[in-house]
Amino acid sequence: MQSTALPTPEQHGIRAHSDGPIVPVQTRSERFRSTDVADFAPITGREHEWKYSPVAAFADLTSGELDGSRVEVEATDATGVSLSWIPRDDARVGRAGTPEERASANAWSSFGEALLVEVAGEEAKTVTVTRSGLGTAPRAAHTVIEAAPFSQALVVLRGIGDARLTENVEVVVGEGANLTVVSLQEWTDESVHLASHFARIGRDAKLKHIVVSLGGKVVRVNPSTHLAEQGADVEALGLYFSDAGQHLEQQVFVHHDAPHTRSRVTYKGALQGEGARSVWIGDVLIGNTATGTDSYEQNRNLVLTDGTRADSVPNLEIETGDIEGAGHASATGRFDDEQLFYLQARGIPEDEARRLVVRGFLAEVVQQIGDAELEERLIRALEAELQGS
Amino acid sequence: MSVLEIKNLHVNVETDQGTREILRGVDLTIREGEIHAIMGPNGSGKSTLAYTIAGHPKYTVVEGEILLDGENVLEMSVDERARAGMFLAMQYPVEIPGVTVTNFLRTAKTAIDGEAPSIRTWLKDVRGAMTNLKMDSAFAERNVNEGFSGGEKKRNEILQLELLKPKFAVLDETDSGLDVDALKVVSEGVNRAHANTGLGILLITHYTRILRYIKPDFVHVFVAGKIAEQGGPELADRLEEEGYDRYHVAESATQ
Repeated sequence: MQSTALPTPEQHGIRAHSDGPIVPVQTRSERFRSTDVADFAPITGREHEWKYSPVAAFADLTSGELDGSRVEVEATDATGVSLSWIPRDDARVGRAGTPEERASANAWSSFGEALLVEVAGEEAKTVTVTRSGLGTAPRAAHTVIEAAPFSQALVVLRGIGDARLTENVEVVVGEGANLTVVSLQEWTDESVHLASHFARIGRDAKLKHIVVSLGGKVVRVNPSTHLAEQGADVEALGLYFSDAGQHLEQQVFVHHDAPHTRSRVTYKGALQGEGARSVWIGDVLIGNTATGTDSYEQNRNLVLTDGTRADSVPNLEIETGDIEGAGHASATGRFDDEQLFYLQARGIPEDEARRLVVRGFLAEVVQQIGDAELEERLIRALEAELQGS
Repeated sequence: MSVLEIKNLHVNVETDQGTREILRGVDLTIREGEIHAIMGPNGSGKSTLAYTIAGHPKYTVVEGEILLDGENVLEMSVDERARAGMFLAMQYPVEIPGVTVTNFLRTAKTAIDGEAPSIRTWLKDVRGAMTNLKMDSAFAERNVNEGFSGGEKKRNEILQLELLKPKFAVLDETDSGLDVDALKVVSEGVNRAHANTGLGILLITHYTRILRYIKPDFVHVFVAGKIAEQGGPELADRLEEEGYDRYHVAESATQ
């Protein structure tokens, strides 16, 4: 037997940050943060935030130089919604959060101007912001979505075509506003997309945040929500369909940081084909000021074939005893043969029965988007994924 | 005239404790329009018979055959059996999250008929059948069996029976867990389907209660995996008075 030496800290990638802690932090709110990529150690793949990800597949995005110029954007018209580009030193940048890992920091260090999406007006409206033609060279982007107090809108941030993108999206929800943000990933098969979303929700405001990942080789969208003021509410939903060789990941963080805040996290995914992977990490932190918190998070995965892997890790930290409720659930299951039998016993052929069950499983999330046209389009996109089997 | 024949049926099931023989030579012939009641104590194999006819993968037929108008049912997949005209009303219907009753019914009807039903007549048929079964119209937009009460699940099974119009239906303990009002509604639905389509019925039950509302032409007593006795409706009356005890006695006496 060979003797095994303890790994040196250098090998383990645990090096002192310039101003960060030496040991891996456990409390989510105390994680090291910086907008400067140079403050982060090189990625080894063993870090808690990277250990489920194929880090070698996107080293260019986490440590290489990035093109931070404007990306091509096309937006539908909606009264009360305006788009503009603002310089990186604009005061409206950096209000919702700060990077906690290297891909996010590299994007922050590299972007030239930020895309600002401003929402005003109390009437309901939908705007779709489509990004395409990002190409195959590594890029950085920064987006700020701001909902004025008491405004209401649904903003779809859609990605199509090729992309090698790392980006940050800030969502600032003013008091009493009601905002829905859908991040829709429909990239080409070879695309890589790493995103950190930072949302700050004001008093009595509500954010519905929905991550829909269908296309792309590696897609990692990590939404963090700061329930910063009394009565803030987030509904964080996710939907993913991982095919052969596809890696779809989401690390969801909800920080209850004020009294009477509410969160609901529901992520559902299907996996189909050799090497189809999904990762869901759900962190909920209920701070000591967050009395009366009501929180629940869940992840459900439906495994359709052999050769897939779904990682699902819920974490709950509670710093106050005075809460209304907090719970989590995670389940990854095979296709239920009894459901199949039931449908087949009514004459429905097996392949159609499977599609019906999977569509039903995922529809629970789709039905909550609140925009009939988008819901229908997503159902069709899911159909196409299922037909691909 | 359609006929469903079960001949010398032997069925095994794999359990953690190994292979168990559940059905030990069942012979049964049901003709179009006939109502057969299969009665028996718990564990006698009644439900196994129901699920084997429908083709549940858990059950292995080791001997014997099932023929529908001479066609070998055992060679058909579950959905092929349904399309050939077989129906199983299940004792414990499963939930199908995210699939509405409306969507499910239309998909099943389309599969059975080989073409989509005409929208106008179909909607009318569905509404009519639901009204007959005293089902609220909001029911149609709920997900299949999700959050349904026991009675609602059974009504939903009979709703499908009425709309899909099979040749033969196996009703697996449809009466279990129903209060008397629900039992009447469900029984009326079965009788309606019988009168309207000349349906042949295999009514599996533990109790004689449902036989007050659905009148069988034949009664078979199922004990230890086969038919121990058969007769007309009068046999059910005798079971009501005497229970299944004498079959246990007879069985243990022969061992």
